[in-house]
Amino acid sequence: MPQQLQYLRESASQTAGPYVHIGLAPGAAGFDIYKQELGHDIAGPNAKGERIRVEGLVIDGTGSPVKDVLLEVWQANADGHYAHPEGDGPVEDGFRGWGRVITDFETGEWGFDTVKPGPTKGRNVGVQAPHINLWLVARGINIGLSTRIYFSDEETANSRDPVLNMIEWQERRPTLIATRSKGDDVTLYRFNIRLQGENETVFFDV
Amino acid sequence: MMSTGEYYQRDRNLHPPAFTPGYKTSVARSPQYSLISLQNSVGEITGPVFGHEDIDPIDNDLLNNYARPGENPIGERIILHGRVLDEDARPVPKTLVEIWQANAGGRYRHKKDKYLAPIDPNFGGCGRTITDENGFYFFRTVKPGAYPWRNHVNNWRPAHIHVSVFGSAFNQRLITQCYFEGDPLIHICPIVQTIPDSDAIEQLIAKLDLNATIPLDTIAYKFDIVLRGRRSTLFENRLEGN
Repeated sequence: MPQQLQYLRESASQTAGPYVHIGLAPGAAGFDIYKQELGHDIAGPNAKGERIRVEGLVIDGTGSPVKDVLLEVWQANADGHYAHPEGDGPVEDGFRGWGRVITDFETGEWGFDTVKPGPTKGRNVGVQAPHINLWLVARGINIGLSTRIYFSDEETANSRDPVLNMIEWQERRPTLIATRSKGDDVTLYRFNIRLQGENETVFFDV
Repeated sequence: MMSTGEYYQRDRNLHPPAFTPGYKTSVARSPQYSLISLQNSVGEITGPVFGHEDIDPIDNDLLNNYARPGENPIGERIILHGRVLDEDARPVPKTLVEIWQANAGGRYRHKKDKYLAPIDPNFGGCGRTITDENGFYFFRTVKPGAYPWRNHVNNWRPAHIHVSVFGSAFNQRLITQCYFEGDPLIHICPIVQTIPDSDAIEQLIAKLDLNATIPLDTIAYKFDIVLRGRRSTLFENRLEGN
């Protein structure tokens, strides 16, 4: 008898559709059903590090803002640890490092508050520059898109980052770097995502 | 054996590509450059951990989680159950499964849905649960109705429930849709047709599960969800720059 490989196959992705909010952010769909919606508090009250806000738009191939996106965030804390058994170390009580935001239905603007992550361990050796992992789904997006947010004030770390350096086209690397500005009481980063066309954001097959 | 390696690469031949002109909305929302392949690092092999303190026991019972006391939503009462497994057929325990759906008339409780079928005052249309130690999950709900949508002039979505799953790592994250055995709309649906692999489509069709029905009460469908598997070997491969 020939040898056989008995793997299952991953379930195929399907678009999250226009009504993704009902399932994952019902308050935004216009009704209250759960005692607590998940993903509103990324860092929790005890997280060390710089408090930041990240804002942006998702822009389609026609140049229009996409107004029905859902984005999920996954990040390390200021020590570079993820809140997971394999996350490289402890995190503060209440730090989850995961969050979920939707765009404003009228403007397409999204934003989330968190702490700036620290550098994280490289894959085998070395260090990765501080970054936030981002996953986005929407109507018209058949399989969730993965990208990363790096920070404009981390020039040295960014220049050594193994993932940024792996992107062959240097011209495309800035699509992953959020621009820092200082607001009245919070540090603000701007990160626009371009799904298609000029300056298309780098997306990863993770 | 414990898995400690990287996750198996995603088989992009079974997933829909980004650009699928039959599903018109994808045209302006599809990246045109190739995805950059990324070897797994700590941020990819980890992901959020959820527990029972995050949800309420009633959250998986859509017959009751929005209904007025003593009332129920209109429609065919169903149990949707199954397992979350990985590609090695290992259960994925304690992972968050979230669903959302239209009501029995094909209308979503969403301020953007203007379809003329009525809102059901007793139906919210979303639920969530955490798989048990063997990867089992179950929901109780009503079977959603088909509904028309703007794509080609006359397109109808087959009855479907949206399913969101986390797994143990952020690179297992998946959103898909569950269809129901016997529905003639499945194979003519432009969103279903974005999937290039016929077996992968069949895998999204829940089967009638007569053994799991509650006689005289609720009919049952079984829907297993498969997430990416993970290498067990500890050999590292070192790439330049990593």
